[in-house]
Amino acid sequence: MNVKKILVAGEGEKLFLLGNESAVRGIFESGVSVASTYPGTPSSEIGNVLWKLAKEYGMYFEFSTNEKVALEVSAAASASNLRSFVFMKHVGLNVASDSFMSTAYLGVNGGMVILTADDPSMYSSQNEQDNRIYARLAGVPLIEPANPQEVKDFIKYAYELSEKLHLPVLFRTTTRVSHMRGVVNTGRVAQPPKKGIFKKAPEKYVPVPQNSRRMHKELIEKLKSAEKIANESSLNEIYDFGGKLGILTSGGASNYVLDAVSEFGFKVRVLKLGFSYPFPESLVLKFLEGLDRVLVVEEVEPVMENDLLALVGKKKLNLEVLGKYNGFLPRIYEYNPDIVKDGINKAIYGKVSQKSFVKNSIPLPSRPPVLCPGCPHRATYFSVKKAVKKLGLEGQVIYPSDIGCYTLGVQPPYETADFLLSMGASIGTANGFAHSTDQKVVAFIGDSTFFHSGLPPLVNAIHNKANLVAVILDNRTTAMTGRQPSPSEPINGMGEDAPEISIENTVKGIGVEYVKTVDPYNLYNTEKVFEEALTRNGVSVIIAKHPCALITDEKKRKRNVWITFTINQEKCTRCKVCITDLACPAFFVANDGTIHIDPLICDGCGVCTQVCPEHAIEVRK
Amino acid sequence: MIYKIHLAGVGGQGTIKTSSIIGEAAIKQGFNVVMSEVHGMAQRGGIVNTDIKIGEAKSPLIGKGDANLIIGFEPAETLRSLDRANENTFVITNSARIIPFTVSLGISEYPSIEKIIEFLKNNIKNLFVIDAEKIAKEAGNIMSLNMVLLGAAVAIPQFPLRKDVVVEAMKENLPVKTIETNLKAFEKGFEAVKR
Repeated sequence: MNVKKILVAGEGEKLFLLGNESAVRGIFESGVSVASTYPGTPSSEIGNVLWKLAKEYGMYFEFSTNEKVALEVSAAASASNLRSFVFMKHVGLNVASDSFMSTAYLGVNGGMVILTADDPSMYSSQNEQDNRIYARLAGVPLIEPANPQEVKDFIKYAYELSEKLHLPVLFRTTTRVSHMRGVVNTGRVAQPPKKGIFKKAPEKYVPVPQNSRRMHKELIEKLKSAEKIANESSLNEIYDFGGKLGILTSGGASNYVLDAVSEFGFKVRVLKLGFSYPFPESLVLKFLEGLDRVLVVEEVEPVMENDLLALVGKKKLNLEVLGKYNGFLPRIYEYNPDIVKDGINKAIYGKVSQKSFVKNSIPLPSRPPVLCPGCPHRATYFSVKKAVKKLGLEGQVIYPSDIGCYTLGVQPPYETADFLLSMGASIGTANGFAHSTDQKVVAFIGDSTFFHSGLPPLVNAIHNKANLVAVILDNRTTAMTGRQPSPSEPINGMGEDAPEISIENTVKGIGVEYVKTVDPYNLYNTEKVFEEALTRNGVSVIIAKHPCALITDEKKRKRNVWITFTINQEKCTRCKVCITDLACPAFFVANDGTIHIDPLICDGCGVCTQVCPEHAIEVRK
Repeated sequence: MIYKIHLAGVGGQGTIKTSSIIGEAAIKQGFNVVMSEVHGMAQRGGIVNTDIKIGEAKSPLIGKGDANLIIGFEPAETLRSLDRANENTFVITNSARIIPFTVSLGISEYPSIEKIIEFLKNNIKNLFVIDAEKIAKEAGNIMSLNMVLLGAAVAIPQFPLRKDVVVEAMKENLPVKTIETNLKAFEKGFEAVKR
């Protein structure tokens, strides 16, 4: 499908959309004027689509430097009476949380929807925190869609709700909803107003203590109104299939419940909450009438289970709550049809047995994701390891790492990721290691991550006189999430020309004296610079600058010039340095022990020609 | 009736593209369809799995022993996905291997293709082993191996989508200049199963 259809499809069409694509259609059908994000999977495709369509639709969209800035951009738009949409992955909301909390106090004029894409099972994340808890922490309404159609329809609902309550609305998807494709019936696209007006009202917008005390009280009042709306909401549905067991569920987990009920004919009464916070107590009480037990089916934390237990206690109900606390369902990882079916089966003392399935007994090779062929990070890691070896520092250097493709450096043979917390933490923790140990510290951070949150810890390093090397891996893009522009690129989220922020000037401007820019494809120079940096004191910054291989591949494909390399078997001594040290995935060992380059995988970067001590790697003719 | 298809492959093989074409074709033929995809870190040469359910299903994931059809783009990945199969599941597998780099590094081992095929034959009644890489090359481009496997799937008994509808979806979803080669690959895959 052409992505343009997400904008141009008329009312009443059927599109086959990813949850994230459907979110964009939801924005277009809601008349949203301003959207902002920092890319993060599983929310990334929303930005990728908006990047292509925002201008044509007539809205403003930006890739902000980080999630906090993104939230602030949208909060201001909504204060200016425009509808705004800010979206991020679950841990992005941690970054944005400071302003997120205050936004709840200030409230909104134009509707504001904050989409958080949670990642149960951690397909591409460092944790699986459940951001439904954030709705409770901040005191904002929470909406949970279960499929692409609901993503779109619930976004429209969320804007009306946000404007009715004058509160931002938290919109929680999970990987399985964001990355699920399904049929979406379109509604009508609404034209967004281009500009709003900000009317000054400090008592409303400036939470100094005398104002914030009043604001908190107002927030609690708003939540009471929100609960009334939730009790009546069309997003909360009861499906009664008979029996004395109730199932309380929401989001992606509800899909497994409803599929299991139709497949196995379970006699249960299901309450699916699409508007799940404030917990709609009157609706839940109505649902509970005549039930003996309720199974709560929700992904990750026992959030609704806690709400239900509190309600049962408050009302002194004679009702058994089944869920995570008593082992009916797991508290970690995403659910699937088998987990949910087993949970229901156990709760109704059912006899549905596991279908027979084929069990593979042959041991299989592991297939972890690897740095792409031609990836400049591979060359950087190769050079740093060589310099460290030359200086006799093997095993003594600490490599704090950061969030991006380069985190894959954790794997052998590079092993250049020793410590990882969150975005920007490579330089932050490098400060700590520098002051706490006598070991050398080399931190790796990408260009986009550097602008996201790498600057404050670098300022910290200079001011507090840390001894560290910060390597900024500048591959000219935000590669991991699908190559969105970073501030060091000459393009922005509207697809327009934009000023490039020079990393070199930025770093010099905050007082770093040793700044060297290298092309990592030049192994000799790169190694020399690492040697130099590792033998000096103070803060050293190395900018390893080379475009992501996926960018150069695209250019090569367009120009139809693609050279590849091959091994001259007469020269090759099978020392295997190309495999054991460089570890490019294009190399493989044949059954007879000879080493070869797979021409279909070879990127033609030529880095291996500098690695081979026998000069046995030649251009394939 | 819900028809459940599991696709297993390696990043770069065109698994997601193939799944999208199946999904688009299902809509054309008037079915409901849901599908799960993999994006992000796992795509960098890692394992790519997609599940498709054609019919009135809500969740896109396929449980153990519950697939009607498994399309394995790579033999080790076919084996890794096998818990979705029961003894009646149809399994199509490509026999051309993609050796993960962990094998070159000596930290894992790849079983022999004979051993893999033997295991599949002993456990799967409805098995089709196809050298999709070879067939794709014959069709003119190794990159069309995903369409070889799609052609094979369409030839499977009980596959719910009509061939002409799938071809129409291919034409709408593949780059214009690759259509001819891809259709040739698709046809060859179809024949490989029909025979």
